Amino acid sequence: MAKTAISAQQLVKWFGVGDARTNAVKSASFEASFGEIFYLVGPSGSGKTTLLSMISGILKPDSGSVNIDNTDIWTLTNDELADFRLNRIGFVFQDYHLFPRLTTLENVAIPLILKKYDWDVAMQEALKYLDIVGLKNRAQLPPFKLSGGEQQRVAIARAIVSQPDILIFDEPTASLDGDTGKKIMSFIKDEILNEHRCVLVVTHDSRIFEYADEIMKMEDGAVTEIEINGEAQWLLK
Amino acid sequence: MKGILKIAFKLLVNDKGKFAALLMGITFAVFLMVMMTSIFSGVLRSASSVVINIGAKIWVMDPAVTTVANSIPMPEFVQDAVRSIDGVKYAVPLYSGAATLKLTNGAYQSVTILGLDDTSLLGRPALLEGNIADIFAENGFLVVKDSEISKLNNPHIGTTFELNEHRGVIVGIAKVTANGLFGMPTLYTTYNRAIQYIPTARFTTSYVLVEPKSLEAVQHIKNEVQKMGYLAVTKEEFREKISTYYKFKTGLGTNILIMTMISFIVGLSISGQTFYTFILENLDKFGALKAIGAKSRELIIMIVFQAGFTALTGYGLGVGLCTLMIGLAKMRLPNYASVVTFGNLGIAFIMVLIIAIFSSLIGVRKVLKIEPFDVFRG
Repeated sequence: MAKTAISAQQLVKWFGVGDARTNAVKSASFEASFGEIFYLVGPSGSGKTTLLSMISGILKPDSGSVNIDNTDIWTLTNDELADFRLNRIGFVFQDYHLFPRLTTLENVAIPLILKKYDWDVAMQEALKYLDIVGLKNRAQLPPFKLSGGEQQRVAIARAIVSQPDILIFDEPTASLDGDTGKKIMSFIKDEILNEHRCVLVVTHDSRIFEYADEIMKMEDGAVTEIEINGEAQWLLK
Repeated sequence: MKGILKIAFKLLVNDKGKFAALLMGITFAVFLMVMMTSIFSGVLRSASSVVINIGAKIWVMDPAVTTVANSIPMPEFVQDAVRSIDGVKYAVPLYSGAATLKLTNGAYQSVTILGLDDTSLLGRPALLEGNIADIFAENGFLVVKDSEISKLNNPHIGTTFELNEHRGVIVGIAKVTANGLFGMPTLYTTYNRAIQYIPTARFTTSYVLVEPKSLEAVQHIKNEVQKMGYLAVTKEEFREKISTYYKFKTGLGTNILIMTMISFIVGLSISGQTFYTFILENLDKFGALKAIGAKSRELIIMIVFQAGFTALTGYGLGVGLCTLMIGLAKMRLPNYASVVTFGNLGIAFIMVLIIAIFSSLIGVRKVLKIEPFDVFRG
């Protein structure tokens, strides 16, 4: 049986005050294991990004806990949490957030630079990961000279360069056409995922559901359904 | 840390448009600030040129004197009284005044005349041509070779002129350390000849120049002179007195201060606004860096480095540009009153630091406020 990578228990998050107070996430619980691709799906405003942020240690829940590989991340100090994210979690943002004034190679090397690697060593290491995503020949170009799919792969290289256990993808196919989106997901499944890594994907793109090992559906801040390998495990409504 | 600074450097300089705008803003501001304060320093230096050139350690004068040029003649007994003060090695008179020369071509020209003590010639200038002893020759005058000498039709040794119906002869060409402020040629002669040729009031001694026996004697000399109703100041104090007069009683200081402040505000506005735009454009990236694992202090270091690097580069360029402009101006106008001093550079440096701190603060404030969660939310 696969080891549990993420265990989220009874996560609750409120936003706003007074009449505008909204319960963005209502007591969400789930577990994701190493070696699997875990999808968090639901319509806009369903709370999946809020849940993802709490899981990844960038938004503190009002209650509940998040254990990543047996570390209760919300008991860590801010600096410890930053170090935890740097070493254990890789992010691929929806808009990639690559620095246009840096080369592709330098963008990929950023996590290593933050980990205080020597500049040349960081660049050599980053080049290896650019090679993995098939963009070694684009190393010296600025990101804006790359296609959307290529930028996505640069963002993936940046996310995996520090060899994190958890990879978080926020709407990875939102700005890609269907074919490119599927290629990216195939690449993640075939090249990035391994038994020591858990991939968490937030999406509402049903075209890529086929790549999921587990899908958690959310609606109005609540988890409504969990599917494992295409089969519904339990339903709330 | 080096890697983070390198990233910060590349983010800054690779955004060529903004980096150029930032540099131009700061360079321009520094240029104006240094230029303004240098002109002021130059004016102050020129205003004190007689004090610098004569070089006496203590100057005795009427307490109402504000600048060298407006000396108030003192009776001759002052010199004798000063000589009798304990701690005075020697004391000699100095005549300082203006006169109008009639040149050989019939033209008239205003000049500054300094009359040196006949015995010691204390405060005499270095000679480029001629012999200093010739100043004692009949009608002997030394002329200072500076940018104003052409107003006397470029005289040479032997050139004659008329001064209050007295004949004058140039017996030496001199050079001095500092040029005067008012654009008049300067002549040196003996004290007695000066008071003989130039109509004066009842009293004739403009200043008494004093050499103290020791530094410790200076305060005693000052006290004794004060008891006589006159004022004794050191060379530095006299320069400070002149400087204070120009700074606070002529409006010159206020105008320079206003111009310097305007330059500072221009620099602050341009660099502050451009840097703020630069931070705003990269705000989501800074948020992403936070999400990836950058600590707040690392982001602060990046921003402070960017602001500091821009400010110091702009400072260097501004100072360089100012020096170049002053150099070029002095090639055309040798008497151009502008001097870059360490004080000017220090003031401009402090102002540039304030610009850098202000620019950093608005950037840091913005970056610290961005939450990685906002990056996810778009």
